[in-house]
Amino acid sequence: MTGQGQYDFKKRASAVMANIVQFENVGLRYGTGQETLSDISFTLASGSFYFLTGASGAGKTSLLKLLYLAQRPTRGLIRLFGEDAVTLPRKRLPGFRRRIGVVFQDFRLVPHLSAYDNIALPLRVSGVPESDIEAPVREMLAWVGLTERAKAKPPTLSGGEQQRVAIARAVIGRPEMLVADEPTGNVDPDMAERLLHLFDSLNRLGTTVVVATHDFHLLGRIPNAHMMRLDSGKLLDPTGSLRFPPPKPA
Amino acid sequence: MAVKLVPSAADRRLLDESRGTRAMTWIMAIMLFLTVLAGALGLGTRSAAVLLGRQLAGRLTVQIVEPVEAQRSAQTTAAVAALRRLPEVTRVREVDRAELTSLLRPWLGSDGADPDLPIPALIDVDLGSTSDATLARVARAVAAVAPTARLDRQESWMSPVADFMTMVTGLAFALVMLMAAATAAVVILAARAGLETHRDTIEVLHMLGSTDVQVSRLFQRRIALDTFFGGVLGTVLAGGMVVLIGMQLRALGSDLLSGLTLGTGDWLLLALMPVAFALLATLAARAAVTGALGRIL
Ligand SMILES: Nc1ncnc2c1ncn2[C@@H]1O[C@H](COP(=O)(O)OP(=O)(O)O)[C@@H](O)[C@H]1O
Ligand SMILES: [Mg+2]
Repeated sequence: MTGQGQYDFKKRASAVMANIVQFENVGLRYGTGQETLSDISFTLASGSFYFLTGASGAGKTSLLKLLYLAQRPTRGLIRLFGEDAVTLPRKRLPGFRRRIGVVFQDFRLVPHLSAYDNIALPLRVSGVPESDIEAPVREMLAWVGLTERAKAKPPTLSGGEQQRVAIARAVIGRPEMLVADEPTGNVDPDMAERLLHLFDSLNRLGTTVVVATHDFHLLGRIPNAHMMRLDSGKLLDPTGSLRFPPPKPA
Repeated sequence: MAVKLVPSAADRRLLDESRGTRAMTWIMAIMLFLTVLAGALGLGTRSAAVLLGRQLAGRLTVQIVEPVEAQRSAQTTAAVAALRRLPEVTRVREVDRAELTSLLRPWLGSDGADPDLPIPALIDVDLGSTSDATLARVARAVAAVAPTARLDRQESWMSPVADFMTMVTGLAFALVMLMAAATAAVVILAARAGLETHRDTIEVLHMLGSTDVQVSRLFQRRIALDTFFGGVLGTVLAGGMVVLIGMQLRALGSDLLSGLTLGTGDWLLLALMPVAFALLATLAARAAVTGALGRIL
């Protein structure tokens, strides 16, 4: 979002002050019902950290889908990495998607691949040579605490473990933008904090992070995060000036 | 993911292939078995027809139908001499009476051996050229010395056989084409079924930025390899069968059927069938997969 205003104390070298995402009057309608998202307008500053909150069914997942190009809007304008994402020809989508890391709400792990192979997938898709894959995958496995489970297939992992694999897969390619849909929904508070720290580290390296969550405990953990609130498909405070933690009344 | 014929271990794991879809290999073995048999039949009859044509082209039979024995033999001798003088004639041979009677025995019984029975004299003639002008000159030369002579071009009385062979050849090649079309259809169905089976994996790959070409490569490589190995199996079996049939045909000792042989080029062509079909399968799989992927975002 633009207008970090008086609260913007960030001094991150890699945070180029350009907008990585711009939504203007975006609407999304599934089928013929009423709009799931209406009049969504906001901008995301490159290198910033955003939380997207809202009640279940508010449209968080739908908004993120527009962001990671799994869905085209029914109206409005979306610019991504400085280009019009609405009319982006289909054959250019893969190139854009490789720049975005996604933690899906339902993980979307490939069930017959080991945790190791699931995490390695984005690198293989991008054509990284096999010799350059092992080290980063091992590093990610260690980060999410799954070194021992590298060979395990997702169906034999707990919900929390699957979620960590999904997160490792999303961040391994050092994406320009990380989109995470309730990434701490299935882990205990300690692990949630650890994962958030991982996102923060990535953010410090320059990745723009968007985390949808309804876990209010998380919101205070990232000092300079912005917050976007969705309510019944509409964005509250689209100026983005709302910040967490809220300034304490004097 | 560079262009590789053999998928990397990681690529192989990507589409869960433990769920055996190896039925494809067997289907392709059957397809190629039938295709190679049809192809061998086509190539065999084609070479037999070529051989027959070459043997019959420029072959004439001169019949002297004079009923009086003395005049018949005089005319025959004169006709042979006249034919020998013509430069276009490469060979002249009078069919002797003993040979003729043995040929006629099935129709005439032992009466055929009766020296009083008038049997036309036959002269086999090979011509160096088959042009109409040559034929006319030969006919004039013979008619001048043997007024009762009749000329038969062997080509014309063998033409139904040649037509039959042409038809068999055409039919066999049409069968090969049909098998190719059926193979492409099977591949397209298999690719579509594969897409359905692996839908979730493919969606994930898409979201991670896989291109349609990358995804279709996973399928097309699998299908190409199945087609190739199944095809090689079918081709080897069919080849063995063709060799066996060839041996049987030669044992029959028929002039006509022994022309049904395959040359080195023909064998090479048959051996290339699995490669050609694997290529065809690859293209069909790619078309099916990219077509289906084009429908998802
Ligand atoms: N693919 C879909 N087809 C139809 N309706 C959908 C689809 N996805 C979400 N919705 C509807 O859109 C609304 C918002 O859903 P969602 O974006 O998942 O909200 P949240 O992630 O905030 O819980 C819900 O009412 C949901 O039923
Ligand atoms: Mg959701």
